[in-house]
Amino acid sequence: MSTTPTPPVTDADAAATPAPRSRGVSDRARIARKRLSNPWASGIALVLAVLWTIPTLGLLVTSFRPELEIRRSGWWTIFGDVFSGEAQFSLDNYETALFGSSTNLGSYFLNSIVITLPAVIIPITLALLAAYAFAWIEFPGRDFLFVAVFALQIIPIQITMIPLLSAYVSAGVAGTFWTVWLSHSIFALPLAIFLLHNFMKDIPASLVEAARVDGAGHVKIFFRVMLPLLVPAIAAFGIFQFLWVWNDLLVALVFTGATPDVAPLTVRVAELAGSRGGDWPVLSAGAFISMVVPLVVFLGLQRYFVRGLLAGSVKG
Amino acid sequence: MVAAGGASLALFVAACGGGGDDGGDGGDGGETAAAFEIDCAPYEEFGDLEGTEVTVYTSIVDPEAEAHQASYEQFEECTGVTIQYEGSREQEAQLPVRVQAGNPPDIAIVNQPGLLNTLVTQYDAVVPAPEQTEANVDEFFAEEWKAYGTVDGEFYAAPYDANVKSFVWYSPAMFADAGYEVPTTLDELMTLSQTIADSGALPWCAGVESGDATGWPGTDFIEDMVLRTAGPDVYDQWYKHEIPFNDPQITEAWDAAGAILKNPAFVNAGLGEVNSIATTTWSDAGFPILDGTCWMHRAANFYQAQWPEGTEVAEDGDVWAFYLPAETTEEKPTLVAGPFIAAFNDRPEVQAFQTFLASSDWANAKAVATPAGGWVSANNGLDPELLATDFDRLAAETLTDEATVARYDASDLMPSEVGAGSFWTGIVDWLTGAETQAVVDQIESSWPS
Repeated sequence: MSTTPTPPVTDADAAATPAPRSRGVSDRARIARKRLSNPWASGIALVLAVLWTIPTLGLLVTSFRPELEIRRSGWWTIFGDVFSGEAQFSLDNYETALFGSSTNLGSYFLNSIVITLPAVIIPITLALLAAYAFAWIEFPGRDFLFVAVFALQIIPIQITMIPLLSAYVSAGVAGTFWTVWLSHSIFALPLAIFLLHNFMKDIPASLVEAARVDGAGHVKIFFRVMLPLLVPAIAAFGIFQFLWVWNDLLVALVFTGATPDVAPLTVRVAELAGSRGGDWPVLSAGAFISMVVPLVVFLGLQRYFVRGLLAGSVKG
Repeated sequence: MVAAGGASLALFVAACGGGGDDGGDGGDGGETAAAFEIDCAPYEEFGDLEGTEVTVYTSIVDPEAEAHQASYEQFEECTGVTIQYEGSREQEAQLPVRVQAGNPPDIAIVNQPGLLNTLVTQYDAVVPAPEQTEANVDEFFAEEWKAYGTVDGEFYAAPYDANVKSFVWYSPAMFADAGYEVPTTLDELMTLSQTIADSGALPWCAGVESGDATGWPGTDFIEDMVLRTAGPDVYDQWYKHEIPFNDPQITEAWDAAGAILKNPAFVNAGLGEVNSIATTTWSDAGFPILDGTCWMHRAANFYQAQWPEGTEVAEDGDVWAFYLPAETTEEKPTLVAGPFIAAFNDRPEVQAFQTFLASSDWANAKAVATPAGGWVSANNGLDPELLATDFDRLAAETLTDEATVARYDASDLMPSEVGAGSFWTGIVDWLTGAETQAVVDQIESSWPS
């Protein structure tokens, strides 16, 4: 992270200082910039970004077209039509998606929020405590346990569905929010513990020792030393988990079913196409409505997202 | 992005304001349904059911779901039972999961006899229908229908509603303008197709794309042809695998379908070449009729609901359908399908509800609760006058006609490796150039032993 801003800074320095003396520095800066920013790489990155955005753009355009137009022609024809003045737009898809059924989308929206928040907070809280213990508390079998927890990631969630559901049924919580909260926490914990552990381990031991010398116990070290330093990592994992839970269909479908009391937005959007799938043009609007929240969250917190990702891997 | 966030918040608030009435009452549906009175007496023998609850799990989602919920209201009023309705398009996949996890619904509306069979034989989860339900089915349904709800001699599931698949959609105005008559035999149909082709137009449009179920509309076409060229008896032997899938009589039926679907002079009107059938969404494939570029489209009665809003479905309207004719006018083999009501619990309120659903009272209440139409039942106690549209009446007449020999969709009766697997993919191969013989041999070899 720290290398990227460097070239412009030295470059600016070079411009300010007399030319002859800093020739070497400015050369090196130019070489560094050249090496770091390859026009080809930028070009490829740009092409990838555009390619990856096209489906979303297509979805956006489609969601504003009248149903018959969607069925008759592709969304890209809109550009020709705009110039010839024949383009038609309508909000009908959004109206159908939002208010077109006995239960409107609002209650599913609420369900999604009720599901997502605890499903993000529970695993982060547990993983922070576990990661601290794995990183800074010596206890017998620590490494073995840590590897075991990490290895749990290998288990595909699909094979856990039926056993988990029968466990929920015998515990009497089937069909409630508890099933999704617990399931998402279970599925998130191995990765959360691993990521946060790596981050905590990277905090210099001298910091922790200094705190200990000053008389701080584990609780104080955790809250006063670790937590403030961990904010980017927590935010990054929080976004990850938020996006995963918000966009999840499988877990919600299996554990909550499709009852309006507990089913999240994704389940409802999947039903929008109608019993025989004939109403698929409405899906574009439904998809966009459900995309708004993760988009806002991501754009709002992307600073942490990038920082946190790098923090876990190429720290320093 | 701030604007979008604000907008979504506004929507959310608005939605919360109106979110109080989620009782599942389908507006008009509820009011009109109340006009149909049922007799509460048959449910008294199940005892006092006040305050009990029955969960129903179906694959029918909104907008159709509203009418289904509304049709249960009289039963709820009679008995005090609350029906908890849950519809999911993933029901077919989720139902076995719930059954295995020990969390089945009280009643599931199962879409195929094949799935019912699996639930009974593999999971041993379905309870046999009570005698009152069986008595209703004996009274109101034809024997074939009862047979499809029977596994190993034990009667489990009453039929729910019905689809009639042997229809050809067309534009009455186009036919009248061109002076064409609705064909009454298969030969006439082929002659008409040739006449249209000779006039320089393509007569047929078709499409079999349907996501991960791509191919099923094509299997219906083949099944209809087997019923016509080989007859209902061979049809029964075929789906039971008493004759091989590549029997010459079956191959002949494929070729009869191919005379339309693989004939470049006949398809794919308004949509492209022959192979565009494989990539055209089934629900959009008939739309060229509205543009006047396509003359005929074979599709089931539920295609009625697929026409774009504002399309008039009537004998003198924009589109109408005729029965896909057989070789002679005397026989009337008809391809049908429909879900069945499987119960996973024998509590009295569940049995009472099963009995209600098998009665003519429910069929009539459902007809009244479906003002938009697109619904029929094979229940012969159904009063055709109560059905919402002329087309529904046509479908109901076809079902109850004395001459009609109804046969259930074979792909739903075959083992799923074939009926929901190689038969579907075989259709796609066949439409994109494979020879009939190669395709039927391939499907035969995939039949589980």
